[in-house]
Amino acid sequence: MNYDAIIIGSGLSGLAAGIRLAMFDKKVLIVEKHIEVGGLNSFYTRKQRTFDVGLHAMTNYTPKGVRTSPLGKLLKQLRFKHDEFRLCPQEMSEIRFPDKALRFTNEFEFLEQEVAEQFPSQIDGFQKLLTHIREFNELDLDDSQQISSREVLESCLTDPVLIDMLYCPIMYYGNAAEGDMNFYQYVIMFKSIFMEGFAKPVGGMPYILKLLVDKYQSLGGELRMGAGVQSITHEDSELRSIHLENGETLVADKVISSAGAIETLRLCDPPIVEESELEIGQMSFIESIFVLDKLPKEVGYDKSIVFYSTEPRFKYSVPKGLTDVTSGVLCCPNNFQYPETPSEGIIRVTNQANFKLWDAMARSDYRAAKKEYRDRGVNALLTYFPDFSDHIIYIDSFTPKTIFKYTGHLNGAVYGSPTKIKSGRTPVKNLFICGTDQGFLGIIGATLSGISMANLHILQAEAKSEYGRI
Amino acid sequence: MTREQVRQAILNIISDIAPDEDLGTIKDEEKLRDQFDLDSMDFLDIVMELRKRFNLEVPEKDYQELVSMASSVEYLFPRLKDNELVR
Repeated sequence: MNYDAIIIGSGLSGLAAGIRLAMFDKKVLIVEKHIEVGGLNSFYTRKQRTFDVGLHAMTNYTPKGVRTSPLGKLLKQLRFKHDEFRLCPQEMSEIRFPDKALRFTNEFEFLEQEVAEQFPSQIDGFQKLLTHIREFNELDLDDSQQISSREVLESCLTDPVLIDMLYCPIMYYGNAAEGDMNFYQYVIMFKSIFMEGFAKPVGGMPYILKLLVDKYQSLGGELRMGAGVQSITHEDSELRSIHLENGETLVADKVISSAGAIETLRLCDPPIVEESELEIGQMSFIESIFVLDKLPKEVGYDKSIVFYSTEPRFKYSVPKGLTDVTSGVLCCPNNFQYPETPSEGIIRVTNQANFKLWDAMARSDYRAAKKEYRDRGVNALLTYFPDFSDHIIYIDSFTPKTIFKYTGHLNGAVYGSPTKIKSGRTPVKNLFICGTDQGFLGIIGATLSGISMANLHILQAEAKSEYGRI
Repeated sequence: MTREQVRQAILNIISDIAPDEDLGTIKDEEKLRDQFDLDSMDFLDIVMELRKRFNLEVPEKDYQELVSMASSVEYLFPRLKDNELVR
C-alpha cells in the first residue's frame, strides 16, 4: 500500500494534519499505537465517569467573529464553525501568592487593572512588557533567535514577585524548560492565557476529538488504532518505509510524526546521529481529580482556575523529591459558563513531579506514594482554600509514569523537549515532526502545528513545485 | 459556466473555507482580504479548491487576480466557461 502521507499519532496535531491532507484528496493514513485517540490531550473512563487528560481549559479562546486569532485561523483551516466547538468561556481565574493575588478574565483590561492596583510601581514596566509582546512575531517559523524571557522580563519589571506571578500560569501551561523559557514561547503562552483566554468545550476532549476524527474520516482519511510504529527506515537520509509493531510494512511519500522529536529519531533505522544534540524534556506533573458530592462553589471554590504558590518565590523545575506541592494549578471545571451546569462537582489539582523517582518505584510503594502526595497536595491547598475532603466521592490520580505509559513521551514530559524544531524538518528527507516538539504550544497550538506542517511540507511544497519554483 | 455560475463557484469555495461568514453582504469590488480577513493560507486554499473542483491551475504570479470577487470572476470566467458548476 502506498500512501501520499502517513501520520504517526492521533493527537490533536496528527488529526489536524490528517484533515488538511485528506481535504485535498491526499491518500493519508494515521497510525496510533493506543486504543484511544488524543495523545497528550485525551480522556479515560473509570467507574462510568469520563475524565479529560491534559484539558484543564482550552487556552487561546476568542469569541466567534475574531478571524485572525489562532482559534479563528484553526477553524478556517479545518473548516469548522465556531459554534461546532461548543466553547464555554471561563468565569474568573486567579494567580495566588502569599501576599498578592492577581485575578484575570478573558478581558485583558481586567488583568491590567489588577496589576495597576496590586503593583502600582510596576505598571509602566508592565506596559513596556506588553509592547514587547504585542510587537513580537511569535509565529515566524524561520525565527531561530534564542531570547531569554527572564532577561526581557527583568528589563521591564523590577519586582521579582510580579515576574514570578506572571510566570506561574505561563510555565505550568506550556514550558518544557526549567527556570526560564524562550521569549517566543513566553509570548505564545502570554497571548493564549491572558490576551485571549480560557474556555472549555461542552462534552470535553471526547467531544472535540470525535469532531476531528469524524471530519477526517468523512474526507476519506484512514485511521488505524493499536498500530504502533516499530521503525522508520531510511537510506542515505531518504525516507524508505514504516514498519509497524505487528510486522507490517507501509510506504509513503512523506511521513509526519507527532511522537516527539527524539522519540521519532529513535524510531529511525539506521539510527540518526544528531539525536544526541536534542535535549530530552524533564518537566512532568502529577494530577489528582476529586469528584465531589457538591459543586465547587458550594464548598468555597469560586474561580475557574487558580495558579498558586505557597512560597513567595515560584519554582519551576524538576522537584528533588517525588512531587513539589509548594505550587500548583487548581482547576474547577464546573466554573465555566456552561449552558447547563455539569451535575457532578470536580476539583483537579496539578503539581510538578519527578519522572525518574516515580518511575523507579515498586508497585505497592507507588500506590502508597500516590495517596501520600495527593494528601500533601490538598494540604498545601488549604493555605488558601477551604477543606473539601468531606465531600469527596471519588478520587483518581495520574503521575509522570502514567503519562509516559500512555503517550510514549520520554520522562512523561507533557511539553516535550526544551529544544523546539520550528521548521519541523528532521535529518531524514520527507520525514517531518509536528506537535509539541515543533514549538506551537497548548491545545490550539498543537492543532495549528499539525495544520502548518501539513501545509508547509506537503500542500504548499506541492503547489510550488508544480510551478517549478521551489 | 456562465459568469453568474463562476461567481457562485467562488462563493461556494469561500463559504466552505470560512463557514462562519455571512456571504450575503459580500461587496464584489472590495478586497476579499479586507472584507473577511482572508490571509495567505486562505488564498492558498482557494487556489487548491479551484484545482480540486475544476482541475484549474492558478500560477503563483496570477494570485493577485483573485483579490476581489469582481477580479476573480474576470480572471476565472474565460478559464472555467467550459466547466460545469460543481459543489
